[in-house]
Amino acid sequence: MNPYEWAETIFFFMVLLALIRPLGAYMARVYQGERTVLSPILVPFEKFLYRICGIDGNDEMNWKRYAWAMILFNLMLFLALFAILMSQHLLPLNPQRLPAFSWPLALNTAISFVTNTNWQAYSGETAVSYFTQMAGLTVHNFVSASTGMAIVIALIRGFTRRKTSMLGNFWVDVTRGTLYILLPISLVAALVLVSQGVIQNFGPYRTVPLVQSTSYDKPRLDGKGNPVKDAKGNPITDNVKVKEVTIPMGPAASQEAIKELGTNGGGFFNANSAHPYENPTPVSHFLEVLLILLIPGSLTYTFGIMVGNTRQGWALLSVMLLVLIVSFGILQSVETSGNPMLAKLGVAGSNLEGKETRFSMAGTSLFEVATTGTSCGAVAAMHDSLTPLGGMIPLSLILLGEIIFGGVGSGLYTMLAFAVVAVFVAGLMIGRTPEYLGKKIEVLEMWMSILTILPAGIVVLVLSGIAMVTPSAVASMANPGAHGLSEIVYAFASMANNNGSAFAGLNANINFYNILGSISMAIGRYVPAVAILAMAGSLAGKKYVPPSLGTLPTDRAPFAIWLMLVILIVGALTFFPALSLGPIVEQLMMAR
Amino acid sequence: MKDIKPAFLMLLAFTLICGGIYPAIVTGIAQALFPKQAAGSFITDKNGRVVGSSLIGQPFSDRTYFWPRPSATSDFNYNPMGSGGSNSGQTNPDYLNRVADRVIVLRQAGMTGSLPSELVQASASGLDPHITPGAAMAQIPRVAKARGLSEKVLAALVSANTLDRPFGIMGQPCVNVLELNLKLDRLTP
Repeated sequence: MNPYEWAETIFFFMVLLALIRPLGAYMARVYQGERTVLSPILVPFEKFLYRICGIDGNDEMNWKRYAWAMILFNLMLFLALFAILMSQHLLPLNPQRLPAFSWPLALNTAISFVTNTNWQAYSGETAVSYFTQMAGLTVHNFVSASTGMAIVIALIRGFTRRKTSMLGNFWVDVTRGTLYILLPISLVAALVLVSQGVIQNFGPYRTVPLVQSTSYDKPRLDGKGNPVKDAKGNPITDNVKVKEVTIPMGPAASQEAIKELGTNGGGFFNANSAHPYENPTPVSHFLEVLLILLIPGSLTYTFGIMVGNTRQGWALLSVMLLVLIVSFGILQSVETSGNPMLAKLGVAGSNLEGKETRFSMAGTSLFEVATTGTSCGAVAAMHDSLTPLGGMIPLSLILLGEIIFGGVGSGLYTMLAFAVVAVFVAGLMIGRTPEYLGKKIEVLEMWMSILTILPAGIVVLVLSGIAMVTPSAVASMANPGAHGLSEIVYAFASMANNNGSAFAGLNANINFYNILGSISMAIGRYVPAVAILAMAGSLAGKKYVPPSLGTLPTDRAPFAIWLMLVILIVGALTFFPALSLGPIVEQLMMAR
Repeated sequence: MKDIKPAFLMLLAFTLICGGIYPAIVTGIAQALFPKQAAGSFITDKNGRVVGSSLIGQPFSDRTYFWPRPSATSDFNYNPMGSGGSNSGQTNPDYLNRVADRVIVLRQAGMTGSLPSELVQASASGLDPHITPGAAMAQIPRVAKARGLSEKVLAALVSANTLDRPFGIMGQPCVNVLELNLKLDRLTP
């Protein structure tokens, strides 16, 4: 790293760490119903909202009702988005007259956005109207994020409450998360993004002349859209002169802000955060990485405050930070050293395929580890074109289960499930009763932790295996050999862990990936979510066990290190064979 | 069952708030404070005619212009309707052939020594408007010869059009290829 990159990286982490305490404390006040700076404006509005929606804010829910409300709400969100996608040609704000989605693609997209995955098998500029972007996708970006936050808050209440079955009110938690946290930060961030050049308008696409005209060979198609071939079987092409181009427009900034803040990651345009209209300058880039890590990082402090010991939160944050920084260091250095196969052609310098010039290598690497450590999945560089070892970093961060900061809410609750497992294993090894935060860890807690941690891994391995023996799935690979395997493992890892980024060479818009992907996204989101709520319900009913000599302290460095080892061992045991056949083999071939 | 009604009404309420009111407020403030950026950062010539966007790169292949990075957009290079990267893996033989072809083009254009990787590797968006000052300087001999300008004049033009790092530390110095070429046309039409 050059000195500028060191300075940029260190400055970034200083800003992030400086914001975690104030935002974490603010979020704790919001969810505990205390007064905040925004209360004078938002409390009347919040009350009005409850009145028209028929919600009693003091009506506490047990875990089953909380989970039921969550599922019901998500089901309606899914149906609404599916309906919008299937009827977008009939709806307003569609200046380009874009057609409706096909049903498998609409199914995949609707599940993808409702589960906070934002896997995209379409490209925004040629497939999605402004109405769909706003009333469909932007709305899901907000509420899927506040749903995740509500679930982790319910889990924290499970730890702090005693001998009760009540976990709070789902509607209140979702409303507060959206109104007090996501909307105000998004509003400010969106305006900063516009100041840098992110577009925000409702105009039709603009046509501009080219300074120097260009041309290309366009394959000739017959009436059915199949390529016409000559007698020798070569496709016939026509030379087309291009004197002007069409530039897409739209309300991008308002979606860009919540796309990062809610760790959603669904790009307004196909190139996502690499597109100059989504991420035009190093300043917008810095802000976008910050937005991705902001809430997942701050929630660890919220957790610390709510359980009455902020060191418990810092312990989890330190694990996240350490893994993130090590991953960043590896990615930055292997990409900077470049591709030895290109060096033989007389090319010098770092690997810049699929990267933008305006971001430094440190900035690019920071974005990519942040977006895959969390479940964001926005990209500022194309992961498919990273060096094999470089590409293994985002893939591994996803496979760890989206806990290195993780998705908003979902990252922390999955991390807490790992903490429960770590406490349990440590308890077995040293013969102490497993307890975490004053609650005894028993059979039900262990089952629910396993149900939180394992489904994604099982889905990834089983579905990747099925894909490898399905001809149409294999034909979707864009790159041959070991790299093709990486593309498929990455696709299912991304969907099952609700990340949404891709080794995007893979042609994912076929029924196989649309439908199996939908299933893996739904399993990856809702099995852990319901398991976590069940665990919260069980924990809330237990009595508090005061710490004794026999209690493992979970707010100290030894526990943090132990937790990290448990995470790495679970990840390595599950995925090492797949990783060695994909990226590791390819790296050895490249360096040969 | 009593949660069905709130689920439905909350869906409507949040669609209105997050999907209607929020983007409308952002648009209103953005159009008032940053009208140029919100509209797409378009550049106009002295007659007020739009000649492009400073954020969306354009394809240049004439020897008289500075060349941008390779692009992998659909149909043709720098097609704003087909943003995206090549998604080629680093060991893909087709990709290595493509890079080798680009190396030949640069060699034929008179570039010697080791070539900057950014000039043979396609960007992520395919619309990258920038190259580094180094990659611009490396093209000066070709452009100077084609336009009959002195290399010194061009070096000064590149330096004058170099964007520094914001706050001194973020990103890296860049040259906007479209803006640079427009200035070049003004110098020698």
